[in-house]
Amino acid sequence: MPDGALPVLDVKNLKTVFRTRAGDIHAVNSVSFDLKPGELLGVVGESGSGKSVTMMSLLGLLPMPPAEIVEGQVMLGGRDLLKSGAEELRAVRGREVGFVFQDPMTSLNPVFTVGFQIKEPLRKHMGMSRSRARARAIELLQLVGIPDAERRLKDYPHQFSGGMRQRVMIAIALACDPKVLIADEPTTALDVTIQAQILELVKELRQKLGMAIIWITHDLGVIAGIADRVMVMYGGQVVEQGPVREIFRNPAHPYTRALLKTVPKLHGARDEKLRVIEGQPPMLAAHPTACPFRARCTHAFTRCAQENPARRPIGNGHDVACHWDHHEATP
Amino acid sequence: MTAAPDMTAALPPESARDTPTNPATQRRKLVEVKNLKLYFPIFGGLLRRQVGDVKAVDDVSFDIYEGETLGIVGESGCGKSTCGRAVLRLYELTEGSVVIDGQDIATLSPEKLRLKRPSMQMVFQDPQASLNPRMTVASIIGEPLDEHTNWPRTKKLERIYELMDAVGLNRDYANRYPHAFSGGQRQRIGIARALALNPRFIVCDEPIAALDVSIQAQVVNLLEELQDQFGLTYMFISHDLSMVRHIADRVAVMYLGKLVELAPVSALYANPLHPYTEALLSAVPEPDPFAETRKERVVLKGDVPSPSNPPKGCNFCTRCPKVMEICREVEPAFREYAPGHFAACHLLEETGTAALNGGMRPEHNQTRIQQGEDA
Repeated sequence: MPDGALPVLDVKNLKTVFRTRAGDIHAVNSVSFDLKPGELLGVVGESGSGKSVTMMSLLGLLPMPPAEIVEGQVMLGGRDLLKSGAEELRAVRGREVGFVFQDPMTSLNPVFTVGFQIKEPLRKHMGMSRSRARARAIELLQLVGIPDAERRLKDYPHQFSGGMRQRVMIAIALACDPKVLIADEPTTALDVTIQAQILELVKELRQKLGMAIIWITHDLGVIAGIADRVMVMYGGQVVEQGPVREIFRNPAHPYTRALLKTVPKLHGARDEKLRVIEGQPPMLAAHPTACPFRARCTHAFTRCAQENPARRPIGNGHDVACHWDHHEATP
Repeated sequence: MTAAPDMTAALPPESARDTPTNPATQRRKLVEVKNLKLYFPIFGGLLRRQVGDVKAVDDVSFDIYEGETLGIVGESGCGKSTCGRAVLRLYELTEGSVVIDGQDIATLSPEKLRLKRPSMQMVFQDPQASLNPRMTVASIIGEPLDEHTNWPRTKKLERIYELMDAVGLNRDYANRYPHAFSGGQRQRIGIARALALNPRFIVCDEPIAALDVSIQAQVVNLLEELQDQFGLTYMFISHDLSMVRHIADRVAVMYLGKLVELAPVSALYANPLHPYTEALLSAVPEPDPFAETRKERVVLKGDVPSPSNPPKGCNFCTRCPKVMEICREVEPAFREYAPGHFAACHLLEETGTAALNGGMRPEHNQTRIQQGEDA
């Protein structure tokens, strides 16, 4: 990861609110991050932590209303995506930013052939001719490791297995050589052996194509294996961010620390009892004026209820949003 | 509704609770599954005649000892859930026997089976789908009591509150509907329902798969506490190998409807004998970037074949990295290679029998274990 290189994507102070009849839901609260060229940024968090909504906000993929982006700036290639119109955004999606969704069955259209769906962005965005798009589609399917690519173009999504469908999704996302690939839980619906295949594929593609990747997951194991940098989200906020080894060896936020301890290990001693994070994730109904994790935090003190902690750097490119100094005590 | 089973005691007798978990001591088999087969028919052609079978569970045998947790792992479609349901006879078995507490439930008449039901229960995967959205929590937890007892209302309510306490649900929520609860709490409702009739044996079918990581630990701890408290025996079906390592005493690995390996948990994870188990374990990503970069991963090629048309010979021969000539012809036998450690693989048979003939079996086992530790 080249330090100091200009980020390909720079998100500042993003706030997304869902206006519902039952009141506002503050799904994303002042999220800031950047993505350097060729880097793989892992985003971890529980369901409802705002990781998917953040990424969908960037590209205008949320239905508005009820969603509303209240504040923020998303710089991609010198322009602010939040100020771009619908036409402009359409040109960005698929062309400059590729998207891979969690469930490869529901994100592929069942009534079109796989070939059609791969060729669609090529024809629309790149203005390729039929024959050139076809040649490129075959090339893409070969790139993602689908055997007998030429014949498979004529097949429909249901004729592919889950792992193969996810490969097709990746091929579509990569079709226009995007600068940024956003993968939202791309392996969650897959079996471990198939997940291992997809992870190997992504590692290989990164070396070949060198695009920057945002990888959303709740699986800490997946993150440990592929990410350069990790962003931990909780209650719609970024609570900790840093290089992957820093986060796993030297976690600073009580949430990250607890999360790493709740996961049972495949090797080493078996714990008598799993460590638990008591309680439930926050509801996000009110505008956050306090730390979202304080109700479940073992280190919470009065300040945590009065003031939402800002992210502060703690060295080695690592920052944390917490009032508690993790050096003070070892829990 | 005939004679209600005696459920006045909230706790099972002392003997059940003090079940030793040490595998060395003699324990009673609570569940004995023998040659269990469950085929789903495929109908086709103009006359919708049966043209084949999906061999969801194909000749599986195992025992579950009283008070232990048997983990069943495997990929989706390997038949682990079907196996769990078949063990409770939620499907009619194609062949084989399932003896629970001395009674073969495969051949029981529906009336007798119904009397047996209170002792064997199930916790389902999706707490959203397995709870009726139009019933309150109290009526969901109380439904088994309505079905199997003729207790008066007050006594039922008392039992419902007792169960809600046991699984950590606030009594004030008894009249709420499932939608008002989070995933973890819903799973607690499902567990309370399963416990209502004081069962001895519970099949947990992926009980944590739909939950967030931080909530998974809460539910697993609850299951373990309840096991200690009520002397329960679990069949824990999961695809999460790390969690199974935590909760299970013994683990069975399934592939394409068959058992490929069955062993005590420590032996299986430290020293997997079957190439599939080895590949499965190596595919699990670990939350440690240092270990991840060092790890030699066995990445299996391709997908699981269709269970309606399994390959000839060994089921795993199409994806096995160590496949031999014989594997494509002859099906390997499921044999014991170390005390309590079963596997079905020709590779082992060759080395294993050679060692056996030379009377070198203990040594053979030792070297294997050492290899496992070095790796």
